[in-house]
Amino acid sequence: MNAIILSALLGVVMMFASVFTENKIAIRNIAIFGLLILLASNLLNIYTPYSFNVDLHNMLRFDSFGLFFNSIAIVSTLLYVILSGSDIVKVGNYPAEYFALIFFVLCGVTILSSYNSLLMLFLGVEIMSIPLYILTGSDKKNLKSNEASLKYFLMGAFSTGIMLMGIALLYGASGNFNLEMIREKTSIAEFGILAPLGLLLIFISLAFKVSAAPFHFWTPDVYDGAPSVFTSFMATIVKTAGFIAFVKLFSLRMADLGPSYAIILPVIIIATLLVGNITAVFQQSVKRMLAYSSIAQAGFMLFALYTSNDLSTEGILLYAAAYSIATIGIFGILIKMKDYTFDGYNGLAKKQPLVAATNTVFLLSLAGIPLTAGFFAKYYMLASALKSNGSALWLVIVAVLFAAVSVYYYFRVIQAMYFKDGDAETTEIDGTFKFVLVVLALLIILIGINPSILLRWYYF
Amino acid sequence: MPIQYYIILSLALFCIGIVGVLVRRNVIIVFMCIELMLNAVNLLLVAFSKMHHGIAYLTDKTTTTGSDAQLFVFFIMVVAAAEVSVGLAIIVMMYRNTHSVDVNFLNRLKN
Repeated sequence: MNAIILSALLGVVMMFASVFTENKIAIRNIAIFGLLILLASNLLNIYTPYSFNVDLHNMLRFDSFGLFFNSIAIVSTLLYVILSGSDIVKVGNYPAEYFALIFFVLCGVTILSSYNSLLMLFLGVEIMSIPLYILTGSDKKNLKSNEASLKYFLMGAFSTGIMLMGIALLYGASGNFNLEMIREKTSIAEFGILAPLGLLLIFISLAFKVSAAPFHFWTPDVYDGAPSVFTSFMATIVKTAGFIAFVKLFSLRMADLGPSYAIILPVIIIATLLVGNITAVFQQSVKRMLAYSSIAQAGFMLFALYTSNDLSTEGILLYAAAYSIATIGIFGILIKMKDYTFDGYNGLAKKQPLVAATNTVFLLSLAGIPLTAGFFAKYYMLASALKSNGSALWLVIVAVLFAAVSVYYYFRVIQAMYFKDGDAETTEIDGTFKFVLVVLALLIILIGINPSILLRWYYF
Repeated sequence: MPIQYYIILSLALFCIGIVGVLVRRNVIIVFMCIELMLNAVNLLLVAFSKMHHGIAYLTDKTTTTGSDAQLFVFFIMVVAAAEVSVGLAIIVMMYRNTHSVDVNFLNRLKN
């Protein structure tokens, strides 16, 4: 509750900050300070559940899963703002407003991690999406940014319409918006086709949001067209929040209701892995490669839907953290590059050894090499699939094969940095940036050596 | 009136909206089709609300069953209004740069 209220308030504070100061550094520091307060208040929420005594009519529920994910999202945003804050203020003429929009997105994220009613699911998705449409189009003179923004908006509004239809049909079948009540009512009586159809429509709309194939087609264009700093935010915090909403919806075993999800989900998982990995191999631009790689990573996160057990709950949280940290780092470096193609990275290791070394750690983590956080994230996902259902072995084998494919395009960047001669041009890189990169890399290695240092907070 | 009529009407409106989004090339019309989808949902929610209220009313004369769907409709309207304001702003921004509101402009990113 604290995080929801405070993030909305902090958004308003940021908007007022632009009235009082023009200083970009000051605005960035206000945002960092605000995020620290947000993190503190969210942690406070874990220990003292009743800091805001509001009658929620059971529409929101704050369990350790949601609160822990909030912490991950807020810490990721904090690292993102410290790392790329100086690039956020350079996008356009309204630096404070960008931070305000980021806070509003966080408000949506915190609602999505704790919704217990379909009304809150809808509001959370919208509060998260609408500021993002603006952030995508924030480079107003750039035609690519405009196009990405319009495309994202049309796709987002379209999928919202589908989700609402699903909610309406589910309401028709059960007479309630509350998740548990829906489950109870629909399991008692026979409601014909309404409930499965409604669930299917909500499923499709959430698949749009997390860019699972075959609903992924907007992702590469939008991620490519948006200003790189905001792509970083979209691909990490927002995407993982979409997955948390997805997992919450299906953790109640709502899947039992619908048309055979046991068939639909593996098909979607394999399609997502296939499209993401294979298309990423053929990309020339690192930014576009990362867009496809985010689709591929979504394929792994979908395993958490396929299997709803404790291992997959831990796994999705671990995945959210590992994937967010690594991607924020890679995008942070990408923003500093003058040339976004693979050739633009040629010889980076000679010019900026530290940056190249940390970038290697991030890429290894995304590829899932042992001793990095990404390895355990993938391991938990696949292990949960095997634990819940022995016949899922073929699906796990396919996923591992695709993980091997992904090594190719991640290592292409490493190869360009270390083994090719060239003059990788970067914009100015300061000490803070390098320091945060090292912190991110250390976090990845620490979680990679022992994931329980992250997960024990979940049970705290 | 039986609930089936409302369901069929809403689904028909919804499908007209979906087809419009997929077929039409003018961004403003696409936009209107999305609004049509949302309003089809509003209609359906109100119909279901009355239906569930009617069922509950038979046993309990003081029931408030169904009021949550009526509230949901207001939330949809508010969110749709917010979405429209952002969407129109994006369309105006694009019009300034391209002097067109045609969806076919959306293919520059496809390399």
